[in-house]
Amino acid sequence: MIYREAGQFKTSYGADQAMLPIAQDRWAVGAAVAVMLIVVPSIANEYMLQAVLIPFLILSLAAIGLNLLTGYAGQLSLGTAAFMAVGGYMAYKFTTAFPGLNLLVVFILSGVCAAGVGLVFGIPSLRIKGFYLAVATLAAQFFLNWTFNKVPWFYNYNSSGTITMPPRELFGVMAAGPEATAETRYFIALVVVIVLTVVAKNLVRGRVGRSWMAIRDMDIAAEIIGFRPYQTKLLAFAISSFYCGVAGAMYLCLYLGSAESEAYSIDLSFEVLFMVIIGGLGSLLGSFLGAAFIVLLPIFLTNAPQLAGFHMPIDVQKHIELMVFGGLIVWFLIVEPRGLARLWQIAKEKLRRWPFPY
Amino acid sequence: MELLTAIFFTPFVEMWEFPTFFAEVVINGLLTGVMYSLVALGFVLIFKASEIFNFAQGVMVLFAALCLVGLMEFGIPAWIAVILSLAIMVVLALVIERVMLRPLVNQDPFILFMATIGLTFFLEGFGETLWGSNVKRLDIGIPKDVFEYQGILLSQFDIIAAVIGAVLVFGLAIFFTKTPIGRALRAVADDHQAALSIGIPLKTIWVIVWSVSGGVALVAGIMWGAKSGVQFSLSLIALKALPVLILGGLTSISGAIVGGLIIGVGEKVAEIYWGPLIGGAIENWFAYILAMVFLLFRPQGLFGERIIERV
Repeated sequence: MIYREAGQFKTSYGADQAMLPIAQDRWAVGAAVAVMLIVVPSIANEYMLQAVLIPFLILSLAAIGLNLLTGYAGQLSLGTAAFMAVGGYMAYKFTTAFPGLNLLVVFILSGVCAAGVGLVFGIPSLRIKGFYLAVATLAAQFFLNWTFNKVPWFYNYNSSGTITMPPRELFGVMAAGPEATAETRYFIALVVVIVLTVVAKNLVRGRVGRSWMAIRDMDIAAEIIGFRPYQTKLLAFAISSFYCGVAGAMYLCLYLGSAESEAYSIDLSFEVLFMVIIGGLGSLLGSFLGAAFIVLLPIFLTNAPQLAGFHMPIDVQKHIELMVFGGLIVWFLIVEPRGLARLWQIAKEKLRRWPFPY
Repeated sequence: MELLTAIFFTPFVEMWEFPTFFAEVVINGLLTGVMYSLVALGFVLIFKASEIFNFAQGVMVLFAALCLVGLMEFGIPAWIAVILSLAIMVVLALVIERVMLRPLVNQDPFILFMATIGLTFFLEGFGETLWGSNVKRLDIGIPKDVFEYQGILLSQFDIIAAVIGAVLVFGLAIFFTKTPIGRALRAVADDHQAALSIGIPLKTIWVIVWSVSGGVALVAGIMWGAKSGVQFSLSLIALKALPVLILGGLTSISGAIVGGLIIGVGEKVAEIYWGPLIGGAIENWFAYILAMVFLLFRPQGLFGERIIERV
């Protein structure tokens, strides 16, 4: 009864093609944004912000990046963390080389650098497809990790090889470094994520997104009807890497504070890939749902045995956690291979008909 | 200019001047390559029969080795332990087919790939919960002496490993071409539906394939485990086997072998002659870059089936 578009008349093409054509959707998204902006910071404590919400936001952004490439353009990539690493390391280089540079500009510049690297590693995608391409993207993962480990220029020749974010202000407020409060960092991450999500949404429902989807569904057919596969695929790689790069920069500046190249290891790539698959390929909402799932699940698994009253040695618990995590992923793929976004879609259909499902 | 000489000139001079050392490097590379091939074989078997890119192959190697070591710690003689571990791998194959593959029939290959990554986590946790996570020594009585042949230092262990690998490959080749089950496997690999329509039971075939590659994983686990101890890092050789796989072609057994040898040699030679120039430890990515550059010219790998696309 509540979720129904009956009676909402569209009187212009603009209204018909709006980003969220149904009024309830608009209210829901507006409410969600308002809650995230106003309610959450006032009730969440330091731990919630630092351990759950900030990584959730940042990894959602990375998941959106990967989703643009894998879900929309159909190019499977296992090198997400490498592009995030480019973002992180370039953010460090920019902000130490130009201390006065606005933090948001730093994010954008690091994203652009990541996009450049993504372009280079996207070149094989014209010739190589499917799993061959996936393995080829692992080249980016290992090569870039090695580079950031071995070339001292990237960590300013310090002896430890770690990059540590110096204190930086944004519009007069401490935004990065040890003195920045969790609330500030949360706000910055939130605003960046919202803006980039809107951009992504408009990309995928516009000409660019349609060409990506055509390439994804069948690249030869798309080529025959006039899409240029090379440009389209490279654009997908560049934009996806831009998103991952910005996410990587925020991962360093707003979440970790200090990192080694190991922070952007292949495990992170898989984590982001899980988010995309579990959330739903080719769905921006899915990226958020998947990120929430993957960020929350380990926290839940770590705390669940204590809450239930079991006590076991820490290493056994870690192994069981791993087992449950793997098992849940397989179970999830069996139950709903098209992800959480699909579940949400089914729920919406049900809601529309409720309470009269004929 | 100096850098260019160091890249394009000096290494070759070194190779020319010390041919025995070069031969040693190449032979060592070949022997390591055989080990990579062993892991890659398991991938190829499964991919051929079911088009599943089984990321869990590496962890299956670890799991098999863990089972073997765990059983041997109970005082069971080695050969019985090997048979028992093989039985465990067959049971594992049965369970995987029943629980994971059957509900996922006809899904997108991406999804199956992700499911095998989930399986990777599961098996890793399961193996370590069962057998503990400390490094274990695996001693099955292969001598590890080093001897010299015409000025080239060779490890007896590596040679034996290579021979076992060769025997295994030969055996698999016969199994695939001469036995009825092997023919059925090839039929399934060629075309699922055609195979089904002439009465080949797909599910049984999948169990067989997963069991065989579990067996291959066991052999690889024994070899790697005896070489460097049974521990978590064993599962990471899967990452080493991936470039081998795409270099050789995902669907070709001989490709896995030749690819393994190429990667093994390339990696060792590059590490020793060019590695120091750029800071060393290039083994981790060199194979990938090699495979990627190679694929640019031949997208289906060395021996992969020609990719034919129709609209």
